[in-house]
Amino acid sequence: MRRLVSDTLVIAERNLVRLPRAPDLLIAFTVQPVMFVLLFVYVFGGAISTPGYTYVDFLIPGIIVQNIAFGGFVTALGLNEDLHKGIIDRFRSLPMARSAVLAGRTLADVVTNFLSVVVLIVTGLIIGFSFDASVAEIVGGIGLLLLFGYAFSWVFALLGLLVSSPESANSVGFLAVFPLTFISSAFVPVESMPPGIQWFAEINPFTIMVDAMRALWVGAPAGNNVWGAFVWSLVILAIFAPLAVARYRRTAGR
Amino acid sequence: MHMANASEPAIDVTGLVKSFGDVRALDGVDLEVPPGSVLGLLGPNGAGKTTAVRVLTTLLKPDAGTVRVTGLDVVRDAVQLRSRIGLAGQYAAVDENLTGLENLVMVGRLYGERRATARQRGEELLERFDLVEAAKRPAKTYSGGMRRRLDLAAALVARPPVLFLDEPTTGLDPRSRLEVWATIEGLVAEGTTVLLTTQYLDEADRLADLIAVIDRGHVIAEGTPDELKDRVGGERLEVHLAEAHAVETALGALAPMSDEPPSADEETVRLTVRQRTGTIVEAVRRLDEVGVAVDDLGLRRPTLDDVFLSLTGHAAEAIDDEEKAA
Repeated sequence: MRRLVSDTLVIAERNLVRLPRAPDLLIAFTVQPVMFVLLFVYVFGGAISTPGYTYVDFLIPGIIVQNIAFGGFVTALGLNEDLHKGIIDRFRSLPMARSAVLAGRTLADVVTNFLSVVVLIVTGLIIGFSFDASVAEIVGGIGLLLLFGYAFSWVFALLGLLVSSPESANSVGFLAVFPLTFISSAFVPVESMPPGIQWFAEINPFTIMVDAMRALWVGAPAGNNVWGAFVWSLVILAIFAPLAVARYRRTAGR
Repeated sequence: MHMANASEPAIDVTGLVKSFGDVRALDGVDLEVPPGSVLGLLGPNGAGKTTAVRVLTTLLKPDAGTVRVTGLDVVRDAVQLRSRIGLAGQYAAVDENLTGLENLVMVGRLYGERRATARQRGEELLERFDLVEAAKRPAKTYSGGMRRRLDLAAALVARPPVLFLDEPTTGLDPRSRLEVWATIEGLVAEGTTVLLTTQYLDEADRLADLIAVIDRGHVIAEGTPDELKDRVGGERLEVHLAEAHAVETALGALAPMSDEPPSADEETVRLTVRQRTGTIVEAVRRLDEVGVAVDDLGLRRPTLDDVFLSLTGHAAEAIDDEEKAA
């Protein structure tokens, strides 16, 4: 167990140290989400009616959730690259804890996700977002976001191990995550959607997660959303972490 | 812990079988490598060389057979074994975004060493592999030869008594190849046991004490490079003709000098001759009689290329890339 912890930290450090040296990834965490916030607020914002909130207050919790769900992409791309470049072989020939490779990857995502949450909050505050929350709610919201992102990192870990190239990880990931985040309450109120889509949006875990964030940060009615988001994150984690680990053992043991 | 004693082979493989679906990549392989020696595993792509290395380094589980390295079983004692072996692969598995030193420190820490110890060992290795100046640069800025040396250094972090090198010089330029060869020779001089796979016969000839020729999952010949060459036997006579159109005439004139049919490509005729003395004079006389002009001719010992050709019926590099797909 001590080996697992120390090996996981070594791998997480490896994945973080390399980040500043791959500027394209750093841009993906920082510049790209900021661009989306600005586009949504200033291009679509005027046309979308969000009763009870300014569009900035409505959007920021939603776009942070979308962004955090995409954060695990680094894991998908990185694992896929490591497999093809023989780095996984090297790790497997070392007397290290086997699961540390995946655990270290996903742990590194938590750090990068935290970074992009901070960037988005600061951007939001600059363009007029304001919290209607206690410090505990703000911190709790960040914690919930990181847990949700961590769960999604395992989904992406599985994806990275399944697909044949980083390019296909990219397109499969986009195809899956984009509709899920758009057919949710992240960008527009669910009530404005046609009935069939509205039904899907209401049961979509992204809606629950976004509504939970609005409850914590901008004073929306909480309902069961906060607990619901917490449980959803744990369920996703409980399903995808074992699947990814099993797939890792199989893929690497070819 | 099981201690390896001097009489025990460093690598001991009996009846190793490994299949991928219907394909038997290894079909009953036996190998024995005494401590401190170099075994060259020679064969075309797809012969099963890489699969053998992956089984020996605990990356793949064998379907049948016993495989022991330094007395430890690759399946039962896999965890213990991993701290006694080093692996350097054909892909040069270093993290391109880490510096040379960071790569080595990471590997050292994954062997369970403290950061300071791993750092000290990393610096030692960088010095030895002539990478000190590049120590603080990301590995993606390295040349092919430098990467390969860093990969080799990473395999040596834990001072393993047994080293596995999977095509250590594939894709390197001639100068880098010589550098890697010199490094391997240095390690062997210090007592490291090495198993290396290669498709280059000159590489096996230079580095290996013992050679096992593997083809389609079987070891088809084993021995020292000289033993293998003697098995093929005979001196080679090579005649370069002045004019390509005289090849047929030359073949006819020279055929009685050999027990095997001579071969020809373009204006070069080759044949295996029974003896060395008098051969050149006889060849010149016979060609002169039929009026064929000779540009150059000479006798040479068989190379491992000839060994390979006569054992497998095909040249070493002529086979398609099957194994990487497996």
